Amino acid sequence: MLLREIAHSRTGDKGSIVTISLIAYRDQHYELLAALITAEVVGEHFRELIDGPVLRYELPHLSALNFVLTRPQTQGVTRSLALDAHGKCLGSALLSLEI
Amino acid sequence: MRAIRIGCGAGYSGDRIDPAVELAEKGSISYLVFECLAERTIALAQKAKLLDPQAGYDPLLEERMEAVLPICAKHKIRIITNMGAANPIAAAAKTKAIAEKLGLHGLRIAAVTGDDVLTLIMEAGPVNTPQPLPGKTLSANAYLGIEPILEALAAEADVILTGRVADPSLFLAPLVHEFGWSTRDWQILGQGTLTGHLLECAGQITGGYFADPGYKDVPNLARLGFPIAEVSENGSAVITKVEGSGGRIDIATCKEQLLYEIQDPAAYFTPDVVADFSRVSIRELAADRVHISGGSGGPRPETLKVSVGYHDGYVGEGQISYAGPGALARARLAQDILAERLQSYGLSELRFDLIGLNSIHGERLSRMDCEPYEIRLRAAGKANTIKSASMISREVEALYTNGPAGGGGVAGSTREIVAIFSMLLPRTSVTHRIHYEVS
Repeated sequence: MLLREIAHSRTGDKGSIVTISLIAYRDQHYELLAALITAEVVGEHFRELIDGPVLRYELPHLSALNFVLTRPQTQGVTRSLALDAHGKCLGSALLSLEI
Repeated sequence: MRAIRIGCGAGYSGDRIDPAVELAEKGSISYLVFECLAERTIALAQKAKLLDPQAGYDPLLEERMEAVLPICAKHKIRIITNMGAANPIAAAAKTKAIAEKLGLHGLRIAAVTGDDVLTLIMEAGPVNTPQPLPGKTLSANAYLGIEPILEALAAEADVILTGRVADPSLFLAPLVHEFGWSTRDWQILGQGTLTGHLLECAGQITGGYFADPGYKDVPNLARLGFPIAEVSENGSAVITKVEGSGGRIDIATCKEQLLYEIQDPAAYFTPDVVADFSRVSIRELAADRVHISGGSGGPRPETLKVSVGYHDGYVGEGQISYAGPGALARARLAQDILAERLQSYGLSELRFDLIGLNSIHGERLSRMDCEPYEIRLRAAGKANTIKSASMISREVEALYTNGPAGGGGVAGSTREIVAIFSMLLPRTSVTHRIHYEVS
């Protein structure tokens, strides 16, 4: 199944930083999210689109994870040639992960 | 217990105006805050001001003020906004003129300045700036905190127009003013900053940027209402909206907005506090009423973030569509032609996208095994001169008569790139000033 079935997400941006939240629909799925969706898994999923390691923050009482990704300098929101210069669609790509 | 109701009337410069009118009319609010400055907006405003000394404030200032000033004056709602952008003083003069035109007299309007630190960092020279400045610097603005707004509130301003102020500070200031919180009580400032952070994107907590049909449904998005925070003296808040307005507020919408643009949830830096959102508690009290508490924080940073806007060349872009059998093959042929033709114009960067196939996340993450009925080819590139950049849209247009069969719907543009980088300045080197007008 796709990650989308158990979690929702929102993407934000600041310069060349992209933040992606991942929130379990049901609290009982948080443990599974935390075990499966590691910083490494997210880094591998977005490997062509980011630079450097992914940081993951855990918020168990909110059943949520927060990922921080860095895009290459030339891909910051004000300089990127990409159609989605902010990277706002990245959260949707995360939800397409097969779990 | 006494509670203060604050509404957010805009989450970005071009935001819808009718939800702000609805908040003023039916929200029983004491403060209406408009957050209208994205990272780059002020650099663009600075450019407008260079061309016209009376310009450089938010392009929708006039329209917004005409819509809400009479209602706010009637209900004694005070307005706080960063719509001053690069020119708060001109924004205050314009607001005064609008108030007078509408027959509103005795309105006290404050303009906060001092965030513009371009002269300061230019005079300091490259040696004394934390990092070298790029060649063509257009603007440099420090993020101010609650202090100038507190001063203007104490001076009984009805409308406060600022330039660059940290977004949550626009909401925190009236809470500190009303409840007399200490500006060194980091726990309460962290909780107040949490409320500001939740409100600052307006519709993004009431069901905007949330709907995913079948998974996350939101009623009546076309009439999306904007948020109200009902804040108690201990800082805890109930997030709600005008009854009957569109959208939804529940635990899920609040969680998404809580983490929006947050890096480390335990250390959210603002000029007022390093806020800690890591132990926030979110409780649903009733439909569209969510209780938020547990925000905290530590001492404010000794430095202020400065956003520097600079000229970074030009972007040229062109698009053309192909449809029907063989659409993808014709689009790829067009791409090959462009790649060859555009070689000679000295572009520093060039990319192609097949919109509908791989334009957002690239080939690996996209489903490439389908033959789309229609496809739109996009070419985008950077150049140092406007002439070179404009060759991209010209070459795309030339595909009409010189390219593959059946190309249609050409669109193109060439624009200057205003890029942003951030640096830090000691807080002590930035001084705010307040200028008042009375209608």
